[in-house]
Amino acid sequence: MTHRPYTPWLFLLPGLAVCLMFTIFPFLNMIVLAFTDASALGGGQFTGADNFVRMAQDPKFWVAARNSLLYMVCVVPPLVLLPLLIAVLAQKIVPGIGIFRTAFFTPVIASAVVVGLIWTWLLDSRGLVNSVVEALGGTRIPFLTDSTLLLISSMVVTVWRGLGYYMVIYLAALANVPKDLHEAAMVDGAGPVRRFWSVTVPALRPTMVLIAALSAVNGFRVFSEIYLLSGGTGGPGGASTTMVMLIQSVGRGLTGEVGYASALSFVLFVILLGLLLITLKLNRREDQL
Amino acid sequence: MKLALRYAGLLAILAISIGPFLWQFATSIKGPNEDVFVPDFIPDDPTFGNYAAVADVVPVWSFALNSLAVASVNVLTNCVGAAMAGYALARLRFRGRRFAAVIFAGSILVPFEAILISLFLVMRGLGLTNTLTGVVLPGSIAALNVLLLRNAFLALPAEVEEAAIIDGANAWQRFTRLALPSVKGTLVVVALFSFMFSWDDFLWPLVVLSDQEKYTLTIGLAYLQGTFVQNQRLVAAGTIIAVLPLILLFLLLQKHFFRGVGEGAIKG
Repeated sequence: MTHRPYTPWLFLLPGLAVCLMFTIFPFLNMIVLAFTDASALGGGQFTGADNFVRMAQDPKFWVAARNSLLYMVCVVPPLVLLPLLIAVLAQKIVPGIGIFRTAFFTPVIASAVVVGLIWTWLLDSRGLVNSVVEALGGTRIPFLTDSTLLLISSMVVTVWRGLGYYMVIYLAALANVPKDLHEAAMVDGAGPVRRFWSVTVPALRPTMVLIAALSAVNGFRVFSEIYLLSGGTGGPGGASTTMVMLIQSVGRGLTGEVGYASALSFVLFVILLGLLLITLKLNRREDQL
Repeated sequence: MKLALRYAGLLAILAISIGPFLWQFATSIKGPNEDVFVPDFIPDDPTFGNYAAVADVVPVWSFALNSLAVASVNVLTNCVGAAMAGYALARLRFRGRRFAAVIFAGSILVPFEAILISLFLVMRGLGLTNTLTGVVLPGSIAALNVLLLRNAFLALPAEVEEAAIIDGANAWQRFTRLALPSVKGTLVVVALFSFMFSWDDFLWPLVVLSDQEKYTLTIGLAYLQGTFVQNQRLVAAGTIIAVLPLILLFLLLQKHFFRGVGEGAIKG
């Protein structure tokens, strides 16, 4: 015997305690609360599916769900493609490449709040971007005060923040693409564009699926960017609210409707789990090909 | 020619990546008489006065201290707690090991946003809302870090430890003297990302903290923007204060950042 029977549990105790108390228990409790009318003050009666019926009739829920879904659908294609192009550009070791790669990664380490504040200032009605627009002869664009433009601006910020992170993942994957594939294609007379589509893209397909899944999940969970760009309001009349913003505003504070917020959280969880399962399935099909 | 094109592309992306940071920095050092709305990256009369002035408006240095405290504790608890759990999962044989592994794997799958409200209730039950302890606790030992360290410990050769067992070393001695020093690389990654997550976290502190004196930098800055949006110089100075420590850390340890992304230390 190399150790006493309880020794492993002493090693595991802190980690298990944190995960059980602050993840697993709240998770199970969230599912129970979703079927009650619990309030911030406590209590709550079992009310069956009432919260979900209410949700189906709640225009705020549909706005938030639509925005989160739209967000996810719009940020995935640029986040799959643009970092790949950047990685191809930054892949070759040329003098100074380290500086470029470092600079490209910088937005990733900045917090969502810092990024949000920087872009709020850039996209201000009199900010840098609008100064340039005016200098080019255009009129000021209401990036942050129009609910559609606010969503689009926020998506741009999300994409900007993700470029460097996914570039690093692509760089690692590109290093594993066999060189002789490129050489063979070159012998066959394929130019760089042709080789990108016929050699690089097929070889990177599993990485692209992974990045699509990661960015889809994160796109649906969006909170900080839109919260900061809208100054915490969710846009004019709350028209740019997302799911997480809605959960946060419904469940928080002394008037928090904990039961209803839990039902919203449950829906969020089911959608994210669905995305995850789709990804796993796609990955498995990739493996079989 | 082809090289020139490549550099042109690289420079364009460089401008997009760090241009916004430079603009924020330029704004933060513009004096009170300079028009911040003029698109001019180089101030006529640069001053660091805004960095002092922002502290008169909100206690930005005490926000920074709160963030530093939270992030430091988070690094310590994650490195120690996750290493202990990871070691047990990888290196000790016992009944219930599968059960423990399932708890950690399950925890990774739970999106934080889905338990936000319910977690707040737990903290209220413990009387820890509006405390920095309440900010730290939920992420203090991340399941993802447990699995990262478990994988690192699994990769170690068995022979060394077998020799130590014969020499009579107990599990704790084998853990601290043999196993831990061998996974230094992964520990650095865990420490770095724990610091970064904690320093950058916004949603949880926003929900759990209510008194301004307890604010961390991120919610302090969001508050600053809401209240004093008319003076962009101060907001800009505040953002630079928040981002500079991480940029320095990144420049010093960038190899480990890239390695961390490779090992999946960020959930994305």
